Amino acid sequence: MLRFLLTRLALIIPTFLGVTLMTFAMIRLVPGDPILLMYGERTVDESVYQKLKAEMGLDRPILVQYASYLNDMAHGNFGKSITTRTPVLSEFVTLFPATVELSLTAMTLAILIGLPAGIVAAVRRNTAFDHTVMGASLTGYSMPIFWWGLLMILTFSVWLGWTPVSGRMAVKYFIEPVTGFSLIDSYLAGDWSAFKSALHHLILPACVLSTVPLAVIARMTRSSMLEVLNEDYIRTARAKGLPPWRVVGLHALRNALIPVITVIGLQVGALLGGAILTETIFSWPGVGNWLIESIRRRDYPVVQGGILLAASIVMIVNLMVDVLYGLINPRIRKGH
Amino acid sequence: MKFTQGLAALGAAAVIALYGQASAKTLVFCSEGSPEGFNPAMYTAGTTFDASSRPIYNRLVEFERGSTKTQPGLAEAWSVTEDGKIITFALRRGVKWHSSKTFTPTRDFNADDVIFSFERAWKSDHPFNKVSAGKYPYFDDMGMGKLLKVIRKADDYTVIFELNNPEAPFIANMAMDFASIQSAEYAAAMLKAGTPEKLDLEPIGTGPYALVSYQKDAVIRYKAHPTYWSGKAKIDDLVYSITKDASVRWAKVKAGECHLMPYPNPADLDAIRKDPNVTLMQSEGLNIGYWAFNTEKKPFTDKKVRQAMNYAVNKQAIIDAVFLGAGKPAINPIPPTIWSYNTEVKDYPYDPAKAKALLAEAGYPNGFETDLWAMPVQRPYNPNAKRMAEVIQADLDKVGVKAKIVTYEWAEYLKRARAGEQQTILLGWTGDNGDPDNFLNVLLGCDAAKTSSSRWCFKPYDDLMQQARQTSDIAKRTDLYKKAQVIFKEEAPWYTVAHSVVFKPVSKKVIDFQISPFGHHIFYGVDIKE
Repeated sequence: MLRFLLTRLALIIPTFLGVTLMTFAMIRLVPGDPILLMYGERTVDESVYQKLKAEMGLDRPILVQYASYLNDMAHGNFGKSITTRTPVLSEFVTLFPATVELSLTAMTLAILIGLPAGIVAAVRRNTAFDHTVMGASLTGYSMPIFWWGLLMILTFSVWLGWTPVSGRMAVKYFIEPVTGFSLIDSYLAGDWSAFKSALHHLILPACVLSTVPLAVIARMTRSSMLEVLNEDYIRTARAKGLPPWRVVGLHALRNALIPVITVIGLQVGALLGGAILTETIFSWPGVGNWLIESIRRRDYPVVQGGILLAASIVMIVNLMVDVLYGLINPRIRKGH
Repeated sequence: MKFTQGLAALGAAAVIALYGQASAKTLVFCSEGSPEGFNPAMYTAGTTFDASSRPIYNRLVEFERGSTKTQPGLAEAWSVTEDGKIITFALRRGVKWHSSKTFTPTRDFNADDVIFSFERAWKSDHPFNKVSAGKYPYFDDMGMGKLLKVIRKADDYTVIFELNNPEAPFIANMAMDFASIQSAEYAAAMLKAGTPEKLDLEPIGTGPYALVSYQKDAVIRYKAHPTYWSGKAKIDDLVYSITKDASVRWAKVKAGECHLMPYPNPADLDAIRKDPNVTLMQSEGLNIGYWAFNTEKKPFTDKKVRQAMNYAVNKQAIIDAVFLGAGKPAINPIPPTIWSYNTEVKDYPYDPAKAKALLAEAGYPNGFETDLWAMPVQRPYNPNAKRMAEVIQADLDKVGVKAKIVTYEWAEYLKRARAGEQQTILLGWTGDNGDPDNFLNVLLGCDAAKTSSSRWCFKPYDDLMQQARQTSDIAKRTDLYKKAQVIFKEEAPWYTVAHSVVFKPVSKKVIDFQISPFGHHIFYGVDIKE
């Protein structure tokens, strides 16, 4: 197990380097100059332009810039945003809890609904239930998230008035962030109406963000279950006279879960991607929103640091999934 | 409705609990984005100014609410010498600074604060010049560095600005956001504490509202400055709820979560007009969208060709197709809301036959080929440049001119345009200080010709500009600018497209909000019905 873990950890280093190179190169390949964008239609004096360029370190050769960026990263220095002048790490730490809160809730919803739906659909294959679940999940998967989010807002917030339109908490509540998780912070402050408001605000964006992972999990669980249910050992279990819930719930599910867990791990990356759109529609102050804005402004330090931090989280989650995978399936950790 | 009432009741309860005042009033503004920072001297975006200079700071001179006229601000009065080179400001006494957790002011606003704020941007050896990246785009763009000779104080309440040359728009420039006054005492305290950047991150101003807290991309909270020099604001708590999507902003206004929003989606305008709880305010924007001809490149060196272009394109079709009605055809290079607008100038009518005749006279009976640059971004003066370019292209085709639409990424577009690579280009401008010079000279004067989109330098026109800069006599300047507009129309370096119309959905609970011609959002003076 230790060897397995070490191998997986060692693999992170080249992936990490790859991410630094990609973000560094991509943001520079996109046309656009951060200083000119800052000035817009207004003319920037050549001497001022050169002065700012030197201050941002953009006048150095590209390789030197990359080397200094790598060196800074290695020392945990993510630099300062060229727009707001606040350290990238502190901006990330302020905004990331919002993204995690939203993504975790969405993922929980997706698993809680997707997994049972997939299992039941597999067990009751070719019934009306199966067709409904699969049809709905295909629709969910194909839905453009932006349109879907607006539709949900119009229905539940504007028309029915059940949920707030956007934000994390009604503006009347003023809870000092401690953990950055609005649910936890309002709970810690002992303010129940603020907690309710935070929960209220979380429902709609979490439902929208969970749509795609829910669909993927339901479909994956179904097909994986179907495969497992045809295995010999299931027939044996049934022949032994085990009650159906034990056959499905214990024997089949444990094996069927392996690909599903992989998919869940991969969906974490997809969730961060989906969060960008969901955060924009619901004015959710998370990292997605922040990165988009920084790309638009060519705020190099934020894009480089922010993407690297987000990518590190995805790598860690995937590592955890791999470990979990090994725990569930001994064949993998033993290298068979 | 019940939901809204419940929300309002809860809101009132929370505010009472928070501040222990039964009458605390809260106004929620659904702003369109996060500010880049809280020092207005370092940025150019209206979103940043709305969150920084307008609630938090003051300037020596202020714009009257809802107008482009100037009025006394931190300076009670000023005088300009005959030669226009020395301006003396008499400062207001008893102006209190905000206080925060880290700083409590020990003195009122005085001349040191004025000198500090300007010298910071002006002098590269100033201890604060490089703090927070040290960029001062407006200060540079308005040419302040070259204009200022010396700033000195005669006493604690008198500041004298000596200029290298007379500059008529100087007073109006002093009302611009970049000229906001920061506290020299706060700066010194932060420098001593080793945290100079706090001056810009945790602002202390003299303005009607003090910053309480800012959660990036979520919410900005302000509290009325209790000892504001012009009287405490009627709204006690001002909240900016940052909502980037225009349709979502409208949904929030409709649901009663916000009282006011900027930049509605044109597609939502009909629904907004029909909403009984909302007033849709509108006014003409202080901007101009234009199609400029590079007068250094053939065939646009010839006035007849430029005039032919003006006859060839149907302006009303652009207003309908691109502005969806939310635009006003532009005749002059300044919007009608600016003083000295010449109502006697007549626009070129849409007349393809006349255009063809002029082209033939200029030696192009069969037309010619040209490029037509279209911006890749939406701007207040041009909601859809590509669509506009297509409409123009189709009209040009009818007179035999083949236009090729060209576009680049925005920064690249501006860079190449300044280098003069284009033959013709779509661009525009939003006014900064309400002075005609800010359009007529900044965009069309000979000083600007090295980088302007038309690269037009016409001596008779420029002479008028220079004369107008030398005098502060408004009547005289009006006369000069009116003449300049006649020359502009005749010489036709641009095809003036449109001035956009600005819309603001405002809840009927809001009392006395006024649309600023600059597009500012100012909440001092605004009240709200309980």
